[in-house]
Amino acid sequence: MSLPDLVLYDEEFRRIKDSLQRLASDANANVVFLVDKNGQQIAAVGDLQSLDTTSLASLTAGNVAATDGLARLIGEREFSILFHEGERDNIHISIVAQRVILVVIFDERTSLGLVRLRVRRAMAELEKVFEDIARKAEKDKQALQADFDSPFAEITDEDIDRLFSE
Amino acid sequence: MTFINYAAREINCKIVYYGPGLCGKTTNLQYVYDRTNPSAKGKLISLATETDRTLFFDFLPLDLGTVKGFKTRFHLYTVPGQVFYDASRKLILKGVDGVVFVADSQEARLEANVESIRNLDKNLKEQGYDIATIPYVLQFNKRDLPTAMPADDLYRKLNIKREPTFEAVATTGAGVFDTLKAVARQVLMDLKKR
Repeated sequence: MSLPDLVLYDEEFRRIKDSLQRLASDANANVVFLVDKNGQQIAAVGDLQSLDTTSLASLTAGNVAATDGLARLIGEREFSILFHEGERDNIHISIVAQRVILVVIFDERTSLGLVRLRVRRAMAELEKVFEDIARKAEKDKQALQADFDSPFAEITDEDIDRLFSE
Repeated sequence: MTFINYAAREINCKIVYYGPGLCGKTTNLQYVYDRTNPSAKGKLISLATETDRTLFFDFLPLDLGTVKGFKTRFHLYTVPGQVFYDASRKLILKGVDGVVFVADSQEARLEANVESIRNLDKNLKEQGYDIATIPYVLQFNKRDLPTAMPADDLYRKLNIKREPTFEAVATTGAGVFDTLKAVARQVLMDLKKR
């Protein structure tokens, strides 16, 4: 069997968070978060209290997937930037390293131009992080194929029963 | 694709409810939603038409507790069952960890069930999965209807690899959690082998 496809370790997680944090403050955005293309939220920073980030992640991924489908229909590989403009808040969505989705939510305290500018820099940083993750995963795969140190090797039926009894 | 976040100590798994139109996929999710402790669930999101037919997907995030110190989150999705939404179904299967096939027990829907399983097989292949190895559970829904076929007949026609099979009435909740638990078990046990 293969290793799980996306494994995030502390170091990369911190780098991602730093990068998102910097983007949020440089672009003066309310919320910045990163989702993988399957709708799993990877990291989020900003004013998250009032926000259902899980639903946001899933809908963003659905949105990107549908737009990808549209792109392919007309012969494009992908539309790498999506922008939704609202009365008060706006959403800027961009695709990083063809695998994760960077979402910025902002209002009138900043501008689309500034957001785009800062997003571009953050994307370069994030691409680097995901390259490193991919490299690490490849290395792990080779080194640990035989005995991947999975914390789940010992899962028992009782563990699973317990999940549903709570 | 299971997403394991070692930093936040979380496992995220994606489970997709598949099946022909009006077989009760959304009803399954609705029941799980209604019966789950508010602290353990997120919002049930339904992208449906005005007549309550699923247009793109329904989505329900569930926190089930911890396994080996890792918080387990299950993301439940349904697909639109109607034949002409095939492009949407393919998108939703991306990154799937486990599939529940919800079959409509009525005799008149047998052909639709068979066709939908065939469609699932094809769409999984396109995403690089194999129905023979992916965690997979079968549910015979609508057992309360007088037009329901005998479960044995359905089993012979629809069970493809001796997958765990459950009889259900999603509107009352009978069999709904048994089905979910069975697929969750397979997905988590699958992690062991990695």
